[in-house]
Amino acid sequence: MPVYINSIGSVSAQKTFDNSLFLEDVICYNDTVLKIIAPDYKDYIPPAAARRMAKGIKMSTVSAKTAMTEAGIEENEIDAIIVGTGLGCIGDSEKFVRDIIGNKEQFLTPTRFIQSSHNTVAGQIALGMGCKGHNFTYVHSSISFESAVLDAKMQLENGEANHILVGGVDELVDHHVKTHELIGHIKERPVETMSVINSGTKGAVFAEGAHFFTLSSVQRPSCYAELMGIKTYNTLTQNQVPEKVRTFLSEYGLEPNDIDAVIFGYNGDVEFDGYYNGLANGLFKNTAQVYFKHLSGEFDTASGFGFWLASKIIKEQRVPNVVHLNAVPVDGPETMLIYNQYRGENHSLTLLRRC
Amino acid sequence: MTRGVAITGMGIVSAIGNNVAENYASLIAGKTGISRISQIETIHRDDIMVGEIIHTNPVLEKQLGFTPNEVSRTVLIGCMAAKEAISNAGIQTINSERTGLISGTTVGGMDKSEQYFYDYFDRPEVRQHIIGLHAGDSTKKIASFLGLEESFVTTISTACSSAANAIMLGARMIKSGQLDRVIVGGSDCLSKFTINGFKTLLILSDTYSAPFDAERKGLNLGEAAAFLILESDALVEKDGKKVLGYVTGYGNANDAYHQTASSEHGDGAVLAMEKALKTAGIQASDIDYVNAHGTATPNNDLSEGHALIRLFGDKVPEFSSTKAFTGHTLAAAGAVEAVYSVLALQNDMLFPNLNYKTPMKEFKLEPVTAVTKKPIRHVLSNSFGFGGNCSTLIFSKRG
Repeated sequence: MPVYINSIGSVSAQKTFDNSLFLEDVICYNDTVLKIIAPDYKDYIPPAAARRMAKGIKMSTVSAKTAMTEAGIEENEIDAIIVGTGLGCIGDSEKFVRDIIGNKEQFLTPTRFIQSSHNTVAGQIALGMGCKGHNFTYVHSSISFESAVLDAKMQLENGEANHILVGGVDELVDHHVKTHELIGHIKERPVETMSVINSGTKGAVFAEGAHFFTLSSVQRPSCYAELMGIKTYNTLTQNQVPEKVRTFLSEYGLEPNDIDAVIFGYNGDVEFDGYYNGLANGLFKNTAQVYFKHLSGEFDTASGFGFWLASKIIKEQRVPNVVHLNAVPVDGPETMLIYNQYRGENHSLTLLRRC
Repeated sequence: MTRGVAITGMGIVSAIGNNVAENYASLIAGKTGISRISQIETIHRDDIMVGEIIHTNPVLEKQLGFTPNEVSRTVLIGCMAAKEAISNAGIQTINSERTGLISGTTVGGMDKSEQYFYDYFDRPEVRQHIIGLHAGDSTKKIASFLGLEESFVTTISTACSSAANAIMLGARMIKSGQLDRVIVGGSDCLSKFTINGFKTLLILSDTYSAPFDAERKGLNLGEAAAFLILESDALVEKDGKKVLGYVTGYGNANDAYHQTASSEHGDGAVLAMEKALKTAGIQASDIDYVNAHGTATPNNDLSEGHALIRLFGDKVPEFSSTKAFTGHTLAAAGAVEAVYSVLALQNDMLFPNLNYKTPMKEFKLEPVTAVTKKPIRHVLSNSFGFGGNCSTLIFSKRG
């Protein structure tokens, strides 16, 4: 049974919250961390409720509402909510730890502890919609979002659900940034994000974002693409990647040259971009190549931006120049592959086609 | 093809034992693992009781071959339980089949994050714990300890139903042919973070917890790790594996009532149990024993009791909560209780609900209070978590 991506929603470091736009006004940064371009939350969430919400919940609410509205799916039609998040509402966890230390375990209040549960976002969305269906949260670094998509795909294929709201979200907070600077996961010096992949330095430009999608077993008029396959690997060496890609594609009767455009998760970290170079200069040398982390920045669920981009490219049948990596032209893209990894671990392959 | 998914191995470490045999011995001896906390410095020491794993980190590090202070306690206990499960299933080469690892955790490496929160800046020697704050990092390290490569490895964090959901996902993946074998369960160590968090919610008992008792005062926190090995029918047949039991039913639903409290009538719990029965293709009357979530908080036991009555009517099967033995082990609880459910099936034995004295006035439900021998075909196990998360698993003797 095919699985359709019926709608999309995004809040990111670019102005992606409006589905009628497609990267027309790209924002270029010169920094080591990027914050989201926040929509006017009042348009989505009652102000009194918004004040109590963690940033991750706010971004997710906007992105989930955008997706629900676009698909024209009523809240009571959603059979399951599945969220991927590397860190959950880490702002609240961090504040709670500060309070425990600062107040010597006294005078604490529960709100921060409650919001620090990794499944707060999925729980809050369910609560808001009154959705009593399956409600899962995956927290596994750069395959958090992919785990959620895989779970949804399985349930739709098994006929256990018809419409599933799937998302990925991560928020950025100070202590997390400072500690990850210490271990070199964040670039030492600001970079022009538009040329981040040529930075030649270690670490990534960190960011945040929320990407939600409705995945369904039936196609809606708003449909973007069909999700053919998704697979993750905890470890791979650079040499193993091409072979894994071939095997993965062959499961769907495809060869590398059947791919009309390939999306790579290049983040400009000189230590690990080699994983993509191997494919870019090998299997997909003559394929149109697309990249996105110069726009979205890096975070555990940044691949949600990649999934958003692939969906958008297939629906609109064009690749915006700003994400086109090589000179191979794209004419009516039908089949797209996304390859992502973070620091050489947690690799994912995602295959989409036009429907 | 069987309807259920075969369980071929299990491993556990909890306050009542460092392996499956020790846990079983404590269960049938009615021996609790609840005591005063000894391994974490906290001002709440005299106000709470906990279920601590007896071994200290240095002992575990040495046993498992980690260097001192290399990883979080969640990783240490997780490795210990997963190692036992693999050996119990007779697995020699872990990468010989399409093998996955799905672990549930809520705290991950929080024990170290809270300890070194401000130290990271001046003490490079503790910076290995920075990435430990990522919950998935604990699973990654367990995978690496087991030598699992090029595989499906992920982490579920749905508060106190995490491990139950990990088992559910694993069963689904075997059934849909995505994996041949999967290690499923969870690991959570004690931390100041959870002690203080639950303290602010005013649901920690100052004495031994008493699930389903009218005078219950709240829960005891605990720490544990437990894993099951699930294998496809084809693999079981090929290797002539001994099957310990089957995961036949599973269901997850959301209460959609409150972020931390359960609805009084247990809507989510009823839905989860109904879904699990449906997957298993059995009737409520086929259930011989319920291993309840039974945290001993006023809210949970009331809600769960109502849910049991709604599902089973006046024929609620014999039930007990084993949390008075282990404490509430949060993300690991679903896996701990999965191991106990399989032990119940294997030994035709019901485990007692310790510390129960006075019936609740809201309904006529009395848990099993003594070790009881009884033929068991199907065990239903509940796990509920924050965010309205409700999960039910059904374990059966036959697939």
